[in-house]
Amino acid sequence: MKKLMSLLLVAVMLFAVAACGPTDKPSAPSTPGGNGGELPDEIIIGGLAPLTGDVSQYGIASNNGSKLAVEEINKAGGILGKKIKYIAYDEQGDATAATIAYDRLVNEDNIVALIGDITTVPTIAVAQKAVEDGIPMITPTGTGAAITQAGKNIFRACFTDPYQGVLMANYAKEKLGASSVAVLYDTGDDYSKGVADAFWDAASELGLTQTDKEGYQPGSTDFNAQLTKIKAGNPDVVMVPGYYGDGAMILTQARELGITAKFLGSDGWDGLLNQVDESNYSALNGAFYCTQYSLREPGAELQRVMDAYKEFYADSDPEAEYLNMFAILGYEAMHIMAAAIESAGSVDSDKIVEALSNLEYNGVSGSIAYQGGQDPAREAYIVEFVDGVEVMRGVYSF
Amino acid sequence: MYLITQMLNGLGAGSIYALIALGYSMVYGVVKLINFAHGDIIMVGSYMIFLTLGSGQPLWVAVLVSISFSAIMGVLIEQIAYRRLLNSGAPRIALLITAIGASIFLQNLAQLVFGANQKSMPKMFQLPAIRIGDMNVSNTLLNIIVAFIMMAFLQVLIHATKTGKAMRATSEDSGAAQLMGININRIIIFTFAVGSALAAVGAVLYTNTYMQIKPLMGGMLGLKAFVAAVFGGIGSIPGAMLGGFLLGLAESLSVVAGQSKWMDAAVFALLIIILLVRPSGLLGKHMKEKV
Repeated sequence: MKKLMSLLLVAVMLFAVAACGPTDKPSAPSTPGGNGGELPDEIIIGGLAPLTGDVSQYGIASNNGSKLAVEEINKAGGILGKKIKYIAYDEQGDATAATIAYDRLVNEDNIVALIGDITTVPTIAVAQKAVEDGIPMITPTGTGAAITQAGKNIFRACFTDPYQGVLMANYAKEKLGASSVAVLYDTGDDYSKGVADAFWDAASELGLTQTDKEGYQPGSTDFNAQLTKIKAGNPDVVMVPGYYGDGAMILTQARELGITAKFLGSDGWDGLLNQVDESNYSALNGAFYCTQYSLREPGAELQRVMDAYKEFYADSDPEAEYLNMFAILGYEAMHIMAAAIESAGSVDSDKIVEALSNLEYNGVSGSIAYQGGQDPAREAYIVEFVDGVEVMRGVYSF
Repeated sequence: MYLITQMLNGLGAGSIYALIALGYSMVYGVVKLINFAHGDIIMVGSYMIFLTLGSGQPLWVAVLVSISFSAIMGVLIEQIAYRRLLNSGAPRIALLITAIGASIFLQNLAQLVFGANQKSMPKMFQLPAIRIGDMNVSNTLLNIIVAFIMMAFLQVLIHATKTGKAMRATSEDSGAAQLMGININRIIIFTFAVGSALAAVGAVLYTNTYMQIKPLMGGMLGLKAFVAAVFGGIGSIPGAMLGGFLLGLAESLSVVAGQSKWMDAAVFALLIIILLVRPSGLLGKHMKEKV
């Protein structure tokens, strides 16, 4: 009896393992979903975003933007006469979850293109897989330089970390009159490291004195030790290229320690204001960050998109809490991909990739052209925190 | 001056570790169980504060609610997860694994209920700014003072009350304690309740200092507090305090030494060293296995 039971259990286990395994798929470089000239009934575009987790602020925003774009395109007749079916999965801000979700999109949902991921680390992980499959992928917001270096079918709609780092170093010197700088970055995050390194190198090239480059581990909540050390070096400017959760805590702790230096951040600071309680707004004064869109002084096209967002999400996002730079980028990325598919005239991966690299697209804040490359040229806007309000300090480039 | 500031930083962070380590030590002392879910009780306490403050209650109500709810939560976990294993004399390792399971359960429950994002908290205690140099040390001083008060309170509880006597008896030999007429189940429940209440005090201080909470916050915090408890001698109350403060100091001194990247690693390096050199901890009783 016992033997029979154990044999039965083994059989059940084997069956379960077999049933959960990935379904067999023809491997690269054949193009999934593409069969040359014939169009499928609907164009299935996949999406990956952190809808929960430490950077959910970005994932929800970008995903909302993409969904708005899908609604717009479908209303106007779709791509090549076919409607878009947008399937998005939550990767929780985690690279492993992202690759699992990616597999699901490619193997089960048969996507022809991918909008995602959102933050650098998971995007790099997914890009490495997408390169093997040859699927056209565009990250609306992933700024890590390594992302597009993975392969020629990986594009982005935003600027890069090295660009941000160099930009802020120049801003510190030119606009803030700084002569010495320090850096506090997340040692466990490629995005933070990328911007920090670029800033540090640019600072030395610009002749700024480098006082301290301190690191913190992911998940840290106490930065007093590092901030005290930075304070002792007395820099004019401190660069903190982390995400908004860390940025909020670092800024409040820094002011408690009596640090009067100006603080700079990169695009990961978007949403920082939501992380700080009203009683602490004064701690954010004297802090600046760079971002990709000015939603505070929008042009006519951008205003139209913002109004459309507010209308479309009147129920699920009534305060337009997620209408930020990331939402606009998600919107843009979807339109860019749609334009590329339209131009390619098919859902064949290679043809879409080629269309993308030659694309000239008029976005809501100017034209985007990849000109054979994978990173678009972009401007940056500088935002300053003044008593709990984000004030635009204009476009800056160097 | 710079060194003093850094040491104050270390003591401030250390006092929160110490408070949590007190809970670990207490429970281990009486039940010989390392309650890994203890770190997550802090998370529960913090979210309770968040909820009560959010519904407009005054601060003292929030603190009371947090402490009582955490105590109840601690006892609940003991009743549900540990009670049967304790009674059936299961090997300690089974209890350890259950504790880890309880911890994971709490973390994911919080994620489900509150969402996985960080939540910002308002400034809780409006303290007058006490400045050393230009550093505002009022929070740090509050943390250190409260930690010492709690330790004093615990020492009084354990050494000068009847319940404390019963706790000591249970920890020495639970069989003999039962023979003496001590209801050890009640003592165990009491231990968990007090331990969890201490964790809630830690949560109050933590929320006041860092002003940001998230469902996974108990993980690293609990782990470091556990290291502090082991370092100071698990089962010893003064040991837990000492361990906590020393750990905090180790962290900030590693930054002074220019190795901020190794801050977390310093904590765990200390764990390895103490286990190699003096496994019972700094103030722990050196116990030989009796044959």
